[in-house]
Amino acid sequence: MSEVILELRDVETRYGQIYALRGINFQVKKGEIVTLLGANGAGKSTTLKTISSLVPASAGQVLFMGRDITYDQPHSIVEMGVIHVPEGRMIFKELTVRENLELGSFTLKNNAERKRRIDHVFEIFPVLKERHKQMGGFLSGGEQQMLAIGRALMTQPKVLMLDEPSLGLAPILVQTIMKIIKQINDEGTTVLLVEQNAKAALKLANRGYVLETGEIVMDGNAAVLIKDESIVKAYLGEEKHPD
Amino acid sequence: MTLWEIFLQQLFNGLLIGSFYGLVAIGYSMVYGIIKLLNFAHADIYMGGAFVGLIALSFFADSAIGNAWLGIVLSLLISMFLIGILGVLIQRVAYRPMLKAPRLSILITALAVSMLLYNTVMLLTHGQFRPFRTGLTHDSFFVGALRLTETRVVLLVAAILLMFILHQFVTRSMYGKAMRAISLDRDTCQLMGINVYKIVAITFFVGSALAAAAGVMAGVFYGTVHFYMGFFIGLKAFTAAVIGGIGILPGAMLGGLLLGLLESFATQIPFIGSVWQNVFSFVFLILFLIFKPTGILGRAESERM
Ligand SMILES: Nc1ncnc2c1ncn2[C@@H]1O[C@H](COP(=O)(O)OP(=O)(O)OP(=O)(O)O)[C@@H](O)[C@H]1O
Ligand SMILES: [Mg+2]
Repeated sequence: MSEVILELRDVETRYGQIYALRGINFQVKKGEIVTLLGANGAGKSTTLKTISSLVPASAGQVLFMGRDITYDQPHSIVEMGVIHVPEGRMIFKELTVRENLELGSFTLKNNAERKRRIDHVFEIFPVLKERHKQMGGFLSGGEQQMLAIGRALMTQPKVLMLDEPSLGLAPILVQTIMKIIKQINDEGTTVLLVEQNAKAALKLANRGYVLETGEIVMDGNAAVLIKDESIVKAYLGEEKHPD
Repeated sequence: MTLWEIFLQQLFNGLLIGSFYGLVAIGYSMVYGIIKLLNFAHADIYMGGAFVGLIALSFFADSAIGNAWLGIVLSLLISMFLIGILGVLIQRVAYRPMLKAPRLSILITALAVSMLLYNTVMLLTHGQFRPFRTGLTHDSFFVGALRLTETRVVLLVAAILLMFILHQFVTRSMYGKAMRAISLDRDTCQLMGINVYKIVAITFFVGSALAAAAGVMAGVFYGTVHFYMGFFIGLKAFTAAVIGGIGILPGAMLGGLLLGLLESFATQIPFIGSVWQNVFSFVFLILFLIFKPTGILGRAESERM
């Protein structure tokens, strides 16, 4: 098998006294799409926040390409090539679409390269090109998700972490987004995909992990997991309530 | 003077005073936007800027520079730079450790910094007025009906130039865009690879440098400086920032100019006169807080998913 690009070893994360992650272990290999499944409150978002260092781990290690990044600053983790698209898209609603994309490549000093990357994002998401002068807040939910993903691509990440990109989107749009994630992966980016829409995620992924109250309770090949009765029961077709 | 002449004269005066307010208001607004702090020490930064400018100017006056304006411009730049650094240091030492503490703690810290600066300068100057000697002449000339002096014209042009440069910086440069983005959503900025602390430091540098510029310009304009010169202009600039929409830079400039004009014209209202100028400003502030608390350019906080 190919090399491990991202690894979590016995990672514990707490919010005050509340344990959100109780010692989780997993690996993502270069070029894979790995999905992290689980119900509300299982700790999926916390896992991504721990990797991107928004919420530092209280114990354990996060390794990126063999290097310990557990206590690095969020901005240096981005500079290394690990990018996190947060839950709820979190685009800058009062900045234009173009400004949102520009900020995605904040760490880049070269303006010509920045322009080139914006054009590349416009190729993937033509709708963003049409609306590049509009405020981010005026985009539809689906378009905002595209902007959030496009903004993440501006760094040309090695690992792209997506937190529930299908959240609140119509089924047809979910398919579009999933297709684009596949396309990004085909271009060489490793993907860590957090989803509650287990069916859509497992169709796309190579492997999956299932989180339950801060612990990994199941893992395996996506093709196997998708046939698993308990996952089907627990997570398929479950609707998420907007929070 | 005819009514038209009075109008022109007050318009010019208002713009000039308003541009000072605007320069100071920008610092309040930027810092509020980025870390949601009402930086009480900002008025003292302005005062400090005037004194650093004065010290620098005394060096140039003694040397053989010859041209008064050249000395003033150099003093202004030196003061902007040094006070900008002071702003960054204050931010680093006093505010940054408090960023994760409850909001009130950092507010009290700002008060403490303000008192420290104010009292230091009071002790050093023995609480006395200091003349701000520029060597400029005060010959006036007329443009149509408008009576002007070279000093006033240069000051207004310089203030507007500084605001223009700032506006370009904030709208065009990546640092400026990052500043606006941080005021919208700080966590997400970190996920873009933005070093938030660095941007906060830059914000303090820029805001403090502009206040220092205003301080030096006020020294040139009034001819004296003293340790409590920041008090009223601090209140006015804060008022301007709120009127324009705090956290929004064009709002701070607009608010400053508007307030300057308002005060200048208010002095012409029969029976009100200049004694009531301050009352007028604060009544205006209160009216804004009642009827449009988000300011002219401010919108209600947009909801995020
Ligand atoms: N900022 C916070 N402060 C305190 N507790 C938190 C915080 N964020 C999350 N938690 C708690 O940590 C646990 C894991 O939350 P997390 O957001 O990681 O879940 P999730 O799997 O992403 O859920 P969802 O599907 O609803 O997004 C939950 O019990 C949650 O209440
Ligand atoms: Mg979540």
